[in-house]
Amino acid sequence: ITALSCSVSFQQRIEIHKLRQGDNLILGFSIGGGIDQDPTQNPFSEDKTDKGIYVTRVTEGGPAEVAGLQIGDKIMQVNGWDRTMVTHDQARKRLTKRNEEVVRLLVTRQSLQKAVQQSMMS
Amino acid sequence: KIESLKVTVDFLKVPLGLKKPPLKEALAAVPGRPKVLGVERHKPRHSNTMDNESQYSGYSYKSAHSRSSRKHSRDGSRGDKSVTIQAPGEPLLDNESTRGDERDDNWGETTTVVTGTSEHSISHDDITRITKDMEDSAHLDCSRHLGVSLAGALALLAFLTPLAFMLLPQLLWREQLESCGPPCEGLFISVAFKLLILLLGSWALFFRRPKAFFPRVFVFRALLMVLIFLLIVSYWLFYGVRILDARDRNYQGVVQFAVSLVDALLFVHYLAVVLLELRQLQPQFTLKAVRSADGASRFYNVGHLSIQRAAVWILENYYHDFPVYNPALLNLPKSVLSKKMSGFKVYSLGEENTTNNSTGQSRAVIAAAARRRDNSHNEYYYEEAEHERRVRKRRARLVVAVEEAFTHIKRLQEEDQKNPREIMDPREAAQAIFASMARAMQKYLRTTKQQPYHTMESILQHLEFCITHDMTPKAFLERYLTAGPTIQYHKDRWLAKQWTLVSEEPVTNGLKDGVVFVLKRQDFSLVVSTKKIPFFKLSEEFVDPKSHKFVMRLQSETSV
Repeated sequence: ITALSCSVSFQQRIEIHKLRQGDNLILGFSIGGGIDQDPTQNPFSEDKTDKGIYVTRVTEGGPAEVAGLQIGDKIMQVNGWDRTMVTHDQARKRLTKRNEEVVRLLVTRQSLQKAVQQSMMS
Repeated sequence: KIESLKVTVDFLKVPLGLKKPPLKEALAAVPGRPKVLGVERHKPRHSNTMDNESQYSGYSYKSAHSRSSRKHSRDGSRGDKSVTIQAPGEPLLDNESTRGDERDDNWGETTTVVTGTSEHSISHDDITRITKDMEDSAHLDCSRHLGVSLAGALALLAFLTPLAFMLLPQLLWREQLESCGPPCEGLFISVAFKLLILLLGSWALFFRRPKAFFPRVFVFRALLMVLIFLLIVSYWLFYGVRILDARDRNYQGVVQFAVSLVDALLFVHYLAVVLLELRQLQPQFTLKAVRSADGASRFYNVGHLSIQRAAVWILENYYHDFPVYNPALLNLPKSVLSKKMSGFKVYSLGEENTTNNSTGQSRAVIAAAARRRDNSHNEYYYEEAEHERRVRKRRARLVVAVEEAFTHIKRLQEEDQKNPREIMDPREAAQAIFASMARAMQKYLRTTKQQPYHTMESILQHLEFCITHDMTPKAFLERYLTAGPTIQYHKDRWLAKQWTLVSEEPVTNGLKDGVVFVLKRQDFSLVVSTKKIPFFKLSEEFVDPKSHKFVMRLQSETSV
């Protein structure tokens, strides 16, 4: 099998419906990273200079887990807004907008990439 | 002697009419011991008359002449005293600038002083005010004299009663007395020492200058006097009936009776200490004192005091905490308040000559006509900024002048060989260097509107003082660069005794949360409000020193 050129996107679209808890809408996961943070501390990134936004925790049974988000995912876009070169606070803000009930994330993960690579190689 | 002279004295008229218990009225207001009323005395004011001369002469020499005289003085200032006195050609006290200030009109005249002690000497600028005060105080002092004499008599009686108790049987029926050996002697010694202790304690507690005249009787003192009176009367009653009439032969019993009286008096003294001194020490209230004229305010912590005592406490602190009241600094400059010239920047003509050229002015007029809205806040802002700049510039000049002046003299060292003509005492040294800084000083004082507070003589004296004590120029200047508290200025002019206490509650009431009273003078007043210090609930938390542990933070993690 010839190696395919890497034009396949290793990305997954995840749609999370926010859960209302009192006055807040929660998504059920935690993010880490950002261009103002220290990228070498990131346990999930393969490349230690990557300053992207990563999912560090997913609450059990929360909307994110239900939607398929996994720990270690890197968030590329939120509702169409690119989140690869943003500060931590900007990422947080885009995720926690008050009037949005649904967020559509574009994420990528290493396991996903590995799976695609393996499928390409096999 | 428990109650001798001192005590509360009346010093003002309280506008509140209260029910006055007659006994207390009689005991009301006991004045201080040094009571010499109505003595008028001219204070020696030689230097001030010379100031007068220099002032008036300077005033007439104001513009051109002053410069030449100053120039001369700068050269010839060293040995020639008469020239240096006139050195600052322009008067430091400018008559026209202080026209509105009544205090300055009479400062050259002799002052009348009502003397008790030097502490309480006052000087009123207005003679009619003095006579009015004297009329008022004459009436009060009669009652004070009564109170003092009453207290003194009571104290003397209390002191002599035990001695009388012991002596009377000896005098009257000596032959029939049983002899009494060592026990009596022991009792005699103890009586002697207890009376001595009582004497010393009373001297420490009561023999003090009264710091103020209170409008109403001091309740605790009246209480104590009544207590002592009752004690003495009851002891005499018992003595008269049981011992004198019955001619008791047991002398030891009589002596013990006297000793018990002395003990009781000592306990009353203890009560006096607790009531008069100790009770007010623990802070219970916070008083906020605000001066009505310019808003200067301070907070003080006091304990349980009556309103009148709290008022005196506030006054004592007022004189060294509050910056001196300067009526010249109160109002907005008229240029700001007038609305006509909006659009013009108004500068007072002085050093800065900032008139624009004519086209600029006409443009300003057109602009003003076009805009026609109230710009006075704008003007105030610019006026303030301008004033600030001017003050800073003058201050810089003053500091430099003073620094330079101080470099001209130095202390005589032993090894220096100088002929006697060149050696000066501090006064001469001060006069020598004063000339070079006089003009800068005067301009600065004018700009900050402090010139009524500092006469040339006072500046010279202060300079002499600083030179004597080896102070640096900065130390010399600290008195002029900031407005100090009232007590710093010449006592006769700025310290006033007469304050009026205005209160909605009876002034012998204790302080409570929310009490407001006002201390009034002619031109301003101090508004004092009370707040209770809150009750603090302190809880304890133990922190184990080993519990301080830290981990590295990977990244900031936010949950969404």
